[in-house]
Amino acid sequence: MSMVEAERGGQAVARRDEKDIIARVNRVLERYRGEKAELIPVLQQVQQVFGYLPEEAMSRVAGFTGVPECTVFGVATFYAQFKFAPLGRNVIKVCRGTGCYVKGAPRLLDELEKLLGIKDGETTPDLEYTLETVACFGSCALAPVMVVNDRVYGRVTPDKIKGILGLKDEPVSLPEGL
Amino acid sequence: MDYRELKKRAVAQREAAERSDRPRISIGTGTCGLAAGAADILKTLHDELKKRGIAADIVQVGCIGLCYTEPLIEVVKPGKPSVFYGNLTPGLTAEIVRDYLAGDNPRPDLALGTRGEGEIAGIPRLFDLPVLKPQVRIALRNCGNIDPADINYYIAAGGYEGLNRAFGMSRQAVIDEIKKSGLRGRGGAGFSTGLKWQFCHDAAGDQKYIICNADEGDPGAFMDRAVLEGDPHAVLEGMLIGAYAIGASEGYIYVRAEYPLAIERLKAGLEQMEACGLLGDDILGSGFGFRVHIKEGAGAFVCGEETAMMASIEGNRGMPRSRPPFPAQSGLWGKPTNINNVETWANISAIMARGADWYAGFGTEKSRGTKTFALVGKVNQTGLIEVPMGIKLRDVIYGIGGGIPNDKEFKAVQTGGPSGGCLPASFLDSPVDYESLAAAGSIVGSGGMVVMDEDTCMVDVARYFLNFTQLESCGKCIPCRWGTRQMLDILEDICGGRGRPGDIDLLLELGEAVKNGSLCALGGTAPNPVLTTIRYFREEYEAHIDDKRCPAMACKALTTYYIDADKCIGCGRCASVCPSEAIRGGKRLVHIIDQEKCIKCGSCYDACPAKIQAVTKVSGEPFEVPAEPVPVGGKD
Repeated sequence: MSMVEAERGGQAVARRDEKDIIARVNRVLERYRGEKAELIPVLQQVQQVFGYLPEEAMSRVAGFTGVPECTVFGVATFYAQFKFAPLGRNVIKVCRGTGCYVKGAPRLLDELEKLLGIKDGETTPDLEYTLETVACFGSCALAPVMVVNDRVYGRVTPDKIKGILGLKDEPVSLPEGL
Repeated sequence: MDYRELKKRAVAQREAAERSDRPRISIGTGTCGLAAGAADILKTLHDELKKRGIAADIVQVGCIGLCYTEPLIEVVKPGKPSVFYGNLTPGLTAEIVRDYLAGDNPRPDLALGTRGEGEIAGIPRLFDLPVLKPQVRIALRNCGNIDPADINYYIAAGGYEGLNRAFGMSRQAVIDEIKKSGLRGRGGAGFSTGLKWQFCHDAAGDQKYIICNADEGDPGAFMDRAVLEGDPHAVLEGMLIGAYAIGASEGYIYVRAEYPLAIERLKAGLEQMEACGLLGDDILGSGFGFRVHIKEGAGAFVCGEETAMMASIEGNRGMPRSRPPFPAQSGLWGKPTNINNVETWANISAIMARGADWYAGFGTEKSRGTKTFALVGKVNQTGLIEVPMGIKLRDVIYGIGGGIPNDKEFKAVQTGGPSGGCLPASFLDSPVDYESLAAAGSIVGSGGMVVMDEDTCMVDVARYFLNFTQLESCGKCIPCRWGTRQMLDILEDICGGRGRPGDIDLLLELGEAVKNGSLCALGGTAPNPVLTTIRYFREEYEAHIDDKRCPAMACKALTTYYIDADKCIGCGRCASVCPSEAIRGGKRLVHIIDQEKCIKCGSCYDACPAKIQAVTKVSGEPFEVPAEPVPVGGKD
C-alpha cells in the first residue's frame, strides 16, 4: 500500500467515524425541539453518550439549535463539566473542597498522581484512568472524599487508595431500590 | 382531589404502618451515608433478616445530620421508642439484628439514643444529646425522619398544609406573612425575602418566573444537598407558595449536576405532585396553575449569582450582568423573576404552615429564625446542623461539634466559603447572625462552617480560597480576572518561601481594588479570606515573609523533615516507604534524610512508630544530624 492509498484509507475511516458520531448525536436530538435554551441540556446528553464532546458532535448541535458553532464552543468551554477529549474507563475524582483540604485531600492527590503517573486532569495512555479534581461533593462531613466511577469513598487516607482502586473490577452489588 | 382528601389518604397510610406489628428500620442513604458505607449495611440488613426469617420494613431516609456517626440506622419495634445505632459495620449490624430484632436486647452499648414515647434503660434520648439539644430544626424538620421518595410521608407530617393555607389567603396577605416572619435570604446575602417577593409581585408583566437556586457551589457546604435529598417536598411546596404569591406560572430548579441523588429525588417528587394534582393547570381546585422544570448546572461556581444563573438557564455562558434592572423587573427572558435559595424555600413552607409569629420567635431581632450550617473540618462531631440565629460560635463548635479532635488547639473558624472570612478564637463568644459576622469581616453565607486547628496554616488557607476564586472567575471584570490571579501569585510566593517585604500591603491594596472593581459578588467578596486572615493572623504572614517559617508547618517549601539521631532505632520503616529514595541507613543504623532528594511527602513521618517519633518536622529551626549513618545509640 502506497502512502497515498494509506492516507485515503485513513480519510475513509475518519468519514465513517464522523457518520457514526452524527448518527448517535441525532438519536439524542430526537428528544429536543431545537431551541437555544436547550443548548446546555443537549450538550450534557451528548457528553453522556460519548464521555466527551467530539468536535463533529458540537457542529451538529450548533446546526440543530441554530446557535453559531463558535458560541456552542464558547458555552461548552465555559462550564467545567464539559470535556473535549475521551476519558479513561475509570474516572477518579478527588474533592478539593475546604473540608477535604484541611483534612488532607492534597495528600490523596499526590498519592494518586504518583500511583498513576498522571497529573490532575490527565488520562493514562492506556485510557484506563482519568484523574480529576472537583470543587466540592458536599460530603464534607466525611472528608477527605474521593469518587471512583460515581461511587463515593469517605474518610480516605493515602494508604487506602490502592485498596480502593484494586476493588474497581468487583461488581458492587446493591440491594433493590438503590 | 382536594387537600383534605390528600391528607386523609396520607395519614391513613401512616397509621396503617404504625399499627403494623412488623418492626421498621430506617437507614440513612443520602450521599454521605452511602460514602460511609450505608450500601453494605443495607445489604447486611436484608441478608440477616432473611436468614432469621424476620419480616421487617426497611425505609431509606435522608440525612439526619449526624454525619460523624454514619452509617446510621433507626430501629422501631411496635410499642417501643425507636433506637438509633451509629458507626455501624456489617458485623455490628448483624449483632443488632440478632440481639434486638430476633431477641429483645436493645444493645445499649451500641445505641446512640432513643426517640418517641417511652424509655429504654441505659439509652439516652437522642434529642437530649449535646449534639442535638441546642438545635432547632425547621428547614431540616423532616430530614432523616421521612421517606423522601414518597409524598405521602411528607403530607402526613403536615406537608402542603402551608400551601393550603396560602390558597385561602390573598396574594398580598401571603407576602405580608413572609415579611412579618422576618425571613432573610439563606443563600448568603440575607436580603428580606418578603420584600423581594413584593418587588416581583408589583412588577408589570403577564409572565413571571420563580427560580430555586440549588447551585450550592461553596466548597465545604452541603445544606442544600441534604434538604433536597432528605425532604424535597419542603422545597417544592415553598416554591408553589412563592409562585402563587408572586403570580408566576413557571418555575425552574437550577441544581448542580454533582448532586445526582438530589436530582433524582426532585424528579420523583415532581411526578408525584402531578399525580396528586399539586402541579398543573388547576392546583387543588384553586384555579392557580404552575409547572416546574429542572435545569442541571454544568459546573460553574459563578452561576450561583442570580443574573449568571438566568444566563445559564437561557443557554448562554453563565456570566453576570450589571443590575439594575433587577431580576424582579427584568429577569429570565426579560420577564419579572424571583430567585430564592433551597433553604429559603424550605423555610417558606414551614412559615406558612405554622405562622409568621412562630418563626419570628426564634433568632435575634434582626436575624429571625434558624440557619443550617455544614459543620466540618477539625471538629469531632461533623455534620449538618440547624441552630437559632444568635447562638454563640463556642456553643456550635464545642457544644454541638464536641470540640477539636486529638486535643489540638482551636485556631479559626471559616464561614461563608470563598466569600467569607476566617475568625480567630477571640470571636468564639460572638453570636452567629448576619450583623455580627459582617462586622467581623466575614459573612453568614450559605452555611459552610469549617473549623481549623493549630495544624492549619492561615496563609495556605487564604491561598487555597484564592486559587478557587481565581479558577472560577468568569473573566468579565478585569479586576476580578487578573486581580485574583495576582493575589494568588503573591500568596504562592509567600507559601513557597519567596515572600518579599511589602507583600502584605500589596495584598491589601489589590484586595480593595478587586472588591470595588467587580460587578458581582464573586469578585466583590473574593478577597475576604485574604483580608480577614491578614487582619487576624498577620503574624503568620510575617513569619512566612520575614523568617521564612510556617508556624503551622503546613507549607511544604518552608518545612523540613529530619531524623533525630538520639531517637532513631534503625528499624528502616521510613526508608521502606520513602517514594524518592531519599533516606539512607541500614539495620541498627541511624537513618538520614537527603534534603536534596526529599519531596516532603510526610510518608516517613507517618511510618515512624508512634512510640519512637524519630522523624521530626521543623520550620525555620536549625537541626543537626550525623554526616553518615552511625550505629544507633552511638552517642551514649
